[in-house]
Amino acid sequence: MWPHLLKRLGLTVLTLVLLSMIIFLAGQVLPGNPGRAILGHYAPESAVLALNRKLGVTRPLLVQYWSWVSGIIHGNLGTSWEYHAPVSSFLFPALGRSAKLALFAFVIVVPLSILGGVVAALNRGRAIDKIISVGGLSFTTVPTFVSGIVLIVIFGIALKVLPVTAQAPPGSPFFTQLRYLILPAVPLVLILFGYIARMARAGTIEVLDSDYVRTATLNGLPRWRVISRHVLRNSLLPTITVIATQTGYLIGGLVVIENLFNYPGIGRLILTAADFKDFPMLEAGVLFIGIVYLLATLLADILYTVLNPRIRLGSEE
Amino acid sequence: MTADSDLTAALVGAKAESASVEAGAMTDVLDRAPFVVVSSSGAQDLSPRRIRAEQLRQLVHSKAFIVGALILLWWIVCAIFGTLFVPYNPLSQSLLNVNAAPSAAHWFGTDSLGRDVFSRVIVGARDILEIAPLATLVGTAVGTAIGLAQGYFRGAFDMLVGRLVDALLALPTVIVAFLFIVAVGANTLTLVIVIGFTFAFIIARTVRTAVLQERELDYIAAARLRNENAFHIMFVEVLPNVLGPIIVEFTVRLGYAIFTIATLSFLGFGVQPPTPDWGATVASNYQYLAAGYWWQTLFPALAIASLVVAINLVGDSMEAALLQ
Repeated sequence: MWPHLLKRLGLTVLTLVLLSMIIFLAGQVLPGNPGRAILGHYAPESAVLALNRKLGVTRPLLVQYWSWVSGIIHGNLGTSWEYHAPVSSFLFPALGRSAKLALFAFVIVVPLSILGGVVAALNRGRAIDKIISVGGLSFTTVPTFVSGIVLIVIFGIALKVLPVTAQAPPGSPFFTQLRYLILPAVPLVLILFGYIARMARAGTIEVLDSDYVRTATLNGLPRWRVISRHVLRNSLLPTITVIATQTGYLIGGLVVIENLFNYPGIGRLILTAADFKDFPMLEAGVLFIGIVYLLATLLADILYTVLNPRIRLGSEE
Repeated sequence: MTADSDLTAALVGAKAESASVEAGAMTDVLDRAPFVVVSSSGAQDLSPRRIRAEQLRQLVHSKAFIVGALILLWWIVCAIFGTLFVPYNPLSQSLLNVNAAPSAAHWFGTDSLGRDVFSRVIVGARDILEIAPLATLVGTAVGTAIGLAQGYFRGAFDMLVGRLVDALLALPTVIVAFLFIVAVGANTLTLVIVIGFTFAFIIARTVRTAVLQERELDYIAAARLRNENAFHIMFVEVLPNVLGPIIVEFTVRLGYAIFTIATLSFLGFGVQPPTPDWGATVASNYQYLAAGYWWQTLFPALAIASLVVAINLVGDSMEAALLQ
């Protein structure tokens, strides 16, 4: 188990380094002349040069990359070009608010989609299976802002049952805050439901067709008992991995949803940074989205290893 | 051994191979099977043409494919000929008739500048249906080249690209594309190139898997013995045999391309206003939702939904027909 986990950890670190290079390339190499981008077409060349020197973008690329990365390792994410304040003082509160919304969506979608997948598997080939499978997958392909708008029109404007902004007035009690998060969370639920349900369905079908379930059934165990003791336990393992890999998809959806509902999370932060050409803020925001995803997959891998006796007790590689 | 048992062996072999599910196996069976079958006289059932005809028949009989294809066709007609049959000029403003609700004169109402929403939705199909296929084409071409080289040469190049794909996949495609578009500026060309290259690495992974299964087969060994160069083997020998998965990957990616472009346009870094693109239209109108002007945003949003669902219906049916 340990060599396997160590190898995974090494790969994660390597991926992270490559990711930081990609982000550096997009944020600091491609824009070419940030001074010009910030000051606009009519600024004098001398002012542009002075600004570029002040921002440190005239140094050799390797020096720039190293100072960026070593800063991050020491907890210094750089200074925002727009607000002239440390990036971290904006980034971490935004990450926290995004985490709140993402967590709320996860709490709804995980049990719901696992239930959906199991129900579909138990009714394989029937209408309810078709509805869950085809309907679920169709929703995963619809951009979150599209489903968000349809939901706003139905529940916020036509029926007037839910608020159309994401943030409750300051000082609202917990449940009021949750009520404000319902509309933004549902599009995220819709985009994740199809994949997780499909995995849960495939896992359940595999287990249903296995010999030990047949044995349990033939031994006369009641159906609900077969399902709860044999089917669920074994079919959920692969589902964990899918849930983790969907984190990336969830974050992609978050960026859009936060903008639609004007919710001050990480997505709103990187979009504002992009509008202002505030590259240190943009780079740090995107890097942290990548870090969150890599940590989620690593965690899923560890969980999978710990929960799966075949790997846990397996011989050392 | 009689001809009959020979045929059975070939069939069983073919079945076992296609059952191994991995994408590459399929076309491989299609194109090699005839050699075996022809030698065992009298059974032309497995000729590639017959199989293609059977795949086509299966497609045309799939309800999902028909529905998806019809919706897609409708939007393609709108994109090409839309300007000819829309009731109003999608760009002409009418400041005396702003924010009008849907009516007989304006089926989908008018927007905050008095432009006819129905005409804008019809003509708005154009940009996304131009950029998405182009980007997917670039992505598929580049991705196929990278994947062929990865699978054929393996070694350090393969490993490096593999790691790079892992790193890129740590970010949602929308965010990778967003990051690069912010850096280089949004226009049709940069959208095609950025989305194309982002997809190329993902497509390369599929092609690589298919190539790895091909490279150990006898016809590759034969080509090597004939002293063919690597380029010839990759593009003339291997490529025709991995076309199936590549076509499927193209349709799947096309759906994602539409998703990505619509999302970028909504974020303000895709197609730029005043073009009546759906994502851009939603972006410039959704702040009026709370004021009750839902028609300005809802109709373009539904147009996007119908297009992505249609493409995925087509893609799924093609996947089922080509890869099973």
